[in-house]
Amino acid sequence: MRIRRAQAVGEFDPTQPLVATGNLGRRHLTSRVIQGLAIAAAVAAVAVLVIVVTAVVGHGAKAINWDFITKGSPEGVGPDLVGTAIIVGIATAIAAPIGVLIALFLSEYAGRRSTRPVQLLLDVMNGMPSIIIAVFVYTLIVKATKTESGLAGAIALSIIMVPLIARGTQEVLNLVPRPQREAADALGVARWRSVLTIILPAAAPGIVTSTLLSVARAAGETAPLLLCSSLFKDDTFQFNPLEALPNVPVRIFQLSEEANPEGFTKAWGLSLILIAVILALGLGSRALLNRSKRKMTR
Amino acid sequence: MTSATPPAGTAPLKLARRSRQSDSRKRADRVGDLSLRLICAGAAVLAAIVLILIAKEVIEGAQPAFSKYGFSFVTHQEWAPPLEKFGGRGLIFGTLITSAMALFIGAPVAISIAVFLALLAPAGVRNVISPLVEMLAAIPSVILGFWGLLILGPVLANTVEPFLHDTFGFIPIFGAPQTTGASIFNAGLILTIMVIPIIASVSRDLFMAVPRDLQDGAAALGSTRWEVIRGVILPTCLSGIIAACLLGLGRALGEAIAVAQVVGGGTESHISLFKTGGTMASLIALQFPSAISELHFGSLYYLAALLLVIGVASNLLASWVGHRFGNVGG
Repeated sequence: MRIRRAQAVGEFDPTQPLVATGNLGRRHLTSRVIQGLAIAAAVAAVAVLVIVVTAVVGHGAKAINWDFITKGSPEGVGPDLVGTAIIVGIATAIAAPIGVLIALFLSEYAGRRSTRPVQLLLDVMNGMPSIIIAVFVYTLIVKATKTESGLAGAIALSIIMVPLIARGTQEVLNLVPRPQREAADALGVARWRSVLTIILPAAAPGIVTSTLLSVARAAGETAPLLLCSSLFKDDTFQFNPLEALPNVPVRIFQLSEEANPEGFTKAWGLSLILIAVILALGLGSRALLNRSKRKMTR
Repeated sequence: MTSATPPAGTAPLKLARRSRQSDSRKRADRVGDLSLRLICAGAAVLAAIVLILIAKEVIEGAQPAFSKYGFSFVTHQEWAPPLEKFGGRGLIFGTLITSAMALFIGAPVAISIAVFLALLAPAGVRNVISPLVEMLAAIPSVILGFWGLLILGPVLANTVEPFLHDTFGFIPIFGAPQTTGASIFNAGLILTIMVIPIIASVSRDLFMAVPRDLQDGAAALGSTRWEVIRGVILPTCLSGIIAACLLGLGRALGEAIAVAQVVGGGTESHISLFKTGGTMASLIALQFPSAISELHFGSLYYLAALLLVIGVASNLLASWVGHRFGNVGG
């Protein structure tokens, strides 16, 4: 340390022989301590994950049985599961094409001047607090139609998903080998044909991955659904997206706000199902991504 | 053409047909190219329109409150919907305190994790720990908040907060603990858990992009591991780390649900971390579905507009810092 500081201010004399400064032991000790702290930090993060997941599994496992999954309120949460699936499904159907098209625009068509604003746009959308998107969709759709609906919730979720899908797709599009594009160009294949028949198929696994990751993110989003689809009937199955659909995140939120031990048990059960689905999606898509990346870069 | 045509003539004929075909094909290609290009650009424009609409709707919604309070909304303390009195100071205060706490605890921890993952851990360990840290980010906020309310809250109220109060009680931020565990402190911790994976994974990628030569050079000059990190890694990645922290900050500022669950739903500003409070985002989540008057709605929109401005600003700043000063990994 001391030697390097002296060097920086120009006091270092290269003709002097190198001598130990005598503080090597202390420097090693500092280094050792810091490395220990870094390891401790990583252990702490993993520990938090383990603690949260064990709490959810431990409490949730008690709630889950066949009736819990298949029946409506008060015995079970079937309608919430179905409602979430419908909402997230619609959101994916809206967001995936738009996200992929934006990514295509960025990687295939945008010139230098338009790339940066669109990137920035995606960054801002990605960082937009979900509660603001919720307020926006509430104002635009729920207020206008005077009724909460699963569709409004799905639109809000799709706004959250678009930047995630676009960013992920853009990454894999950049991985499509240049020679493939150049070969297509050399054969006189039009750009749109090469995009549709060469580039997109090559990137398909990556697109699926980023879509799945965004589904995992959207499935747990609560704020938009709290404003757009929270006044629902949860004793029977609801399938109409034009009405408020029961859904898992809002249900957990509502149950956690009521101080009712039975409700808490139910909320733990829901949390377990939600977390299991999300982690499975996350791990599965990551495995898929790694495999396809290896294939493409080989 | 009949079969009697001499073989010599077939070649030009075929060529002619080819070129006729390619003429129509060229036309189709021109149309196809143009339309795909327009569709793609249209998607990007659509995203821009949505963003502009978000700003427009939120700011328009805030009109009633803005015309009544103007900018003094920010400094008014009282938030009392039945009395038609709305002021955002306590909520802005709560937002800043919880986010600052998340960043002060979270950033050093996250950067340490990144150092461990990128520089210290062997590849095998890294490949296990990295996805685990990212899984922490995947836990939905509503579940984290629920956990914070039922598990973390009692622990804080019964052991951690009394201990901090007894030991550091002379510092006013460690006031008398409350019985429920719902507090600003709890919210800050939950936000810490949420920002750590964000900052850690961005910083890890930055650290891994630092050229090997620089590190080896420093090591060859006799630097210890820590001196390599302090002298080479951290300075090269400084801008990226700042950008990552701003991203984390944006996340913490805007988190509504988890905070709403654990913060206890107050609207005042206290110096003590152990009392209940509220943040802008959490109050919107709690009161928007049941707002009672035009002005109440307007005030909530006002909070949303403030949040929007802060959120967009921190994002743009992050992007600017990363772009302007980023020389590694960008």
